[in-house]
Amino acid sequence: MTNLASKAAVKNDLVRLTLAEAKEGLRQKEFSSVELTQAYLESIRQNASLNAYILETPELALEMAQESDNRLAKGDARPLEGLPLGIKDLFCTENIQTTAGSHILEGYKPPYESTVSGNLKKAGAVFLGKTNMDEFAMGSANITSYFGNVVNPWKRADGKDLTPGGSSGGSAAAVAGGLALAATASDTGGSIRQPAAFSGVVGLLPTYGRCSRWGMVAFASSLDQAGPLTRDVRDSALMLEIMAGHDPKDATSAPVEVPNFQKLIEQGVKGLRVGIPKEYRLDGMAEDIVTLWEKGAQWLKEAGAEIVEISLPHTKYSLPTYYVLAPAEASSNLARYDGVRYGLRVPGKSLDELYENTRSQGFGDEVQRRILIGTYVLSAGYYDAYYLKAQKIRKLIAQDFKIAFQKVDIILTPTTPSAAFALDEKPTDPVVMYLNDVLTVPVNLAGLPGISIPAGLSREGLPLGLQLIGPAFEEGLLFRAGCVLEQAANFKPFLER
Amino acid sequence: MTNRYFYEGATGPWELVIGLEVHAQVSSNAKLFSGAATTFGAEPNTQVSFVDAAMPGMLPVINQICVEQAIRTGLGINAEINLMSVFDRKNYFYADLPAGYQISQYLQPIVGKGYLDIELEDGNVRRIGITRLHLEQDAGKSIHDQHPEKSYIDLNRSGVALMEIVSEPELRSAEEAAAYVHKLRSILRYLGTCDGNMDQGSMRVDVNVSVRKPGTPLGTRAEIKNVNSIKFLAQAIDYEADRQIAILEDGGEIIQETRLFDSVKGTTRPMRNKEHAHDYRYFPDPDLPPLILDAEWVEKIRQNLPELPDAKKARLIKDYELSAYDASVIVSEIEIASYFEAVLKVLNPCNSKSVKLMANWLMGDLFAALNREGESIENCPISPEHLAGLMSQIQNAVISGKIAKEVFVLMWESGKDAATLIEEHGLKQMSDDGAILAVIHKILEENQGMVEEYKAGKDKLFGFFVGQVMKATAGKANPDLVNKLLKEQLVK
Repeated sequence: MTNLASKAAVKNDLVRLTLAEAKEGLRQKEFSSVELTQAYLESIRQNASLNAYILETPELALEMAQESDNRLAKGDARPLEGLPLGIKDLFCTENIQTTAGSHILEGYKPPYESTVSGNLKKAGAVFLGKTNMDEFAMGSANITSYFGNVVNPWKRADGKDLTPGGSSGGSAAAVAGGLALAATASDTGGSIRQPAAFSGVVGLLPTYGRCSRWGMVAFASSLDQAGPLTRDVRDSALMLEIMAGHDPKDATSAPVEVPNFQKLIEQGVKGLRVGIPKEYRLDGMAEDIVTLWEKGAQWLKEAGAEIVEISLPHTKYSLPTYYVLAPAEASSNLARYDGVRYGLRVPGKSLDELYENTRSQGFGDEVQRRILIGTYVLSAGYYDAYYLKAQKIRKLIAQDFKIAFQKVDIILTPTTPSAAFALDEKPTDPVVMYLNDVLTVPVNLAGLPGISIPAGLSREGLPLGLQLIGPAFEEGLLFRAGCVLEQAANFKPFLER
Repeated sequence: MTNRYFYEGATGPWELVIGLEVHAQVSSNAKLFSGAATTFGAEPNTQVSFVDAAMPGMLPVINQICVEQAIRTGLGINAEINLMSVFDRKNYFYADLPAGYQISQYLQPIVGKGYLDIELEDGNVRRIGITRLHLEQDAGKSIHDQHPEKSYIDLNRSGVALMEIVSEPELRSAEEAAAYVHKLRSILRYLGTCDGNMDQGSMRVDVNVSVRKPGTPLGTRAEIKNVNSIKFLAQAIDYEADRQIAILEDGGEIIQETRLFDSVKGTTRPMRNKEHAHDYRYFPDPDLPPLILDAEWVEKIRQNLPELPDAKKARLIKDYELSAYDASVIVSEIEIASYFEAVLKVLNPCNSKSVKLMANWLMGDLFAALNREGESIENCPISPEHLAGLMSQIQNAVISGKIAKEVFVLMWESGKDAATLIEEHGLKQMSDDGAILAVIHKILEENQGMVEEYKAGKDKLFGFFVGQVMKATAGKANPDLVNKLLKEQLVK
């Protein structure tokens, strides 16, 4: 932070700061929250073509910033006082439209605030708006949003528009492109880590139960977990400390203490055993990704960790298991969008017609596809063969990790099998699209924490991420190892280029 | 009510097989998974939380009171409590089901096998097995008759906790089914786990009925829904038995289907196919971890259970030598039992004779008065203390039984106690030999002819003399004393 003053001298540079740097800058009165917020609002205007936000709330943001400046002036600052964030449109925000990227919720203004966004609000954060996402978080390229696809700020040499990944594509693009200091996101099968990898930012999936799901539009309840997208590991720790915590309103929220993660991050990895799961070396995995993975292991080794080859034998079943369980839960979770009480209603002559009209016009193709899959796998006659079997395999996958963590402290893998692809190259076969999640879904199935650290560039000069997986509630280990990778990789984010 | 174990058909007798699913609303101030209130009869959509309306991102959190009530009920029906149970989603679309699924318990209910004993009119007792009890949410209410094209939805009931109590198919007659529901209702009310108000929908019964030739395997059943009184239950069963027998005897087949009871016509009719053609796609609710109960907590609940009707009845028979019939009547409703026991507490003397006397008054004059005035026993103008006071006056021969009836009426009207009223109205019994003798002498003097006839052997005239004495004393003379003294005088 030595060059903070010079950085801040140029107003545009305000959007390049990390959360921790901006916090320090506000504390030192180098700039005000209103100035910081205005810089972000200006950046959002200039980068409107990225389509990172579904809804911008500039008036509200400036109001919150003013309030923060008042508190800062009084020396009454809260942990995230005056820091402008993007909120994924999956988090219900009181009296502010929350759509989950779907037409069926267009115009819906919840009369309540989700626990996670509420925690951030109470910590003094400024909300810039609601970030774009795949419809109901179903997607890996942010192309299923009713409000249009998001464009990755990164460009390939051929100049083609790239996907920022999904489903938290809007949050990832916003953080990478200087449209938010940090953002909330959610991860059901990779929706934080994959866009983090594609956009060159840090994405953390906390342990299932670490953050409350109350007020988060549900996709697959047993897998959904909120987490932050940030510019570095320290910011991730700072965000998690505020977002996390036991919530009696969520029966799956874990009654555990939230450690002081920021204190842990610089403890290094000396003496830690790092597992390299052989099953993650996929057939035909791109050479640059394999190389980066090896580099990552080398960096950790150089920092004093021991590298151990491990086996997670049921890995190959993860994707099919996930694509049975997640749609099953989704088919039931999305039944409430029926046109009766809120959101879109397309009238019909009968109740059934009302349902048919509302849901066929309100839901996009991918959402309808998953509702159909989910309904099918839960149906009489298919339940045992699909849902029940998938539940059993899920236990085996969790067991794999449990056994592995008897041998190692942490696991290192690539985050994605490829770098960001161009929007016009998107797979037309949904199953090919689902392959994007192959390295991330096992972590959700096991309920474990995972983090994606930007660690290098692909042949085409696009960001690649390394994933660290830890035992339940050991996000501290992820931050420690993540910090080592971050320093070793010396990755230059989009805003520094 | 008929107690037909066998229905005579053209081809001989048919046996009836009945199983009941009772939905009992859990007595609780809040719903099963939300903090919303559960008051009956509130303005539509005023008792609805965001969870009950299934707003996006809302999550259910189990209400511990409802769990405790289910355990209490399970223990009250002699059932196993499952220390691990699971909540499942039962998926179907309907406008009054906001989430598109009902949270229920499917494969692993909170309460397993139990039983209850039912008593029949002929005094026989039958033990009826209970398969399970599980917790589930109620749905809202659709109102179809307020607008030509639209339906209105009231979500006040949405999310209210219900216990579904499923019997084994061991009931064999309408009378047994009625006795089962009556007994179950009584137990629930003793436990305070359901108010049992069938007319308010706090207790609803689905009836599974099939018929078979005795000794043969179970026949195909029909399920009858919408039965909301014990009277209708018996009607529905009798109608359904006759209907099924007629079909079978005509060579037809029973279709497994859901039927609705029409209380106006006393018949059942099939539900429209759409109303029940569901594949519910049950699966464990991922928002709710399995419900794990602490064995010690269950034990504590067991130890704090109130005395239930069967135990109370046995105790009343043993301690006070009450007849089985009297004891049954007294324990049948918790309010009667409570009143009875409140009287016992202050009854002096309290022995089998005085208790029997009190029971007769309770079941005789008091019930009659309550019935006549359409009053419930909780609002009885004669308090238990006052009834005990009246008994003392009778037992201590302060008044005769006949005068007591007068005093009872005065007590009912004034709310005053017996002693005060006897004093105010000068109703105290004459138990003074001299005073009664004076009256006797006067009567015998005035009726010398009759005295002669009596002495000549016309014994029946004794009653006449007693009557005259009682009349002259306005009923206040101690009848035993009158008898004794009169006999002495007439033999002279």
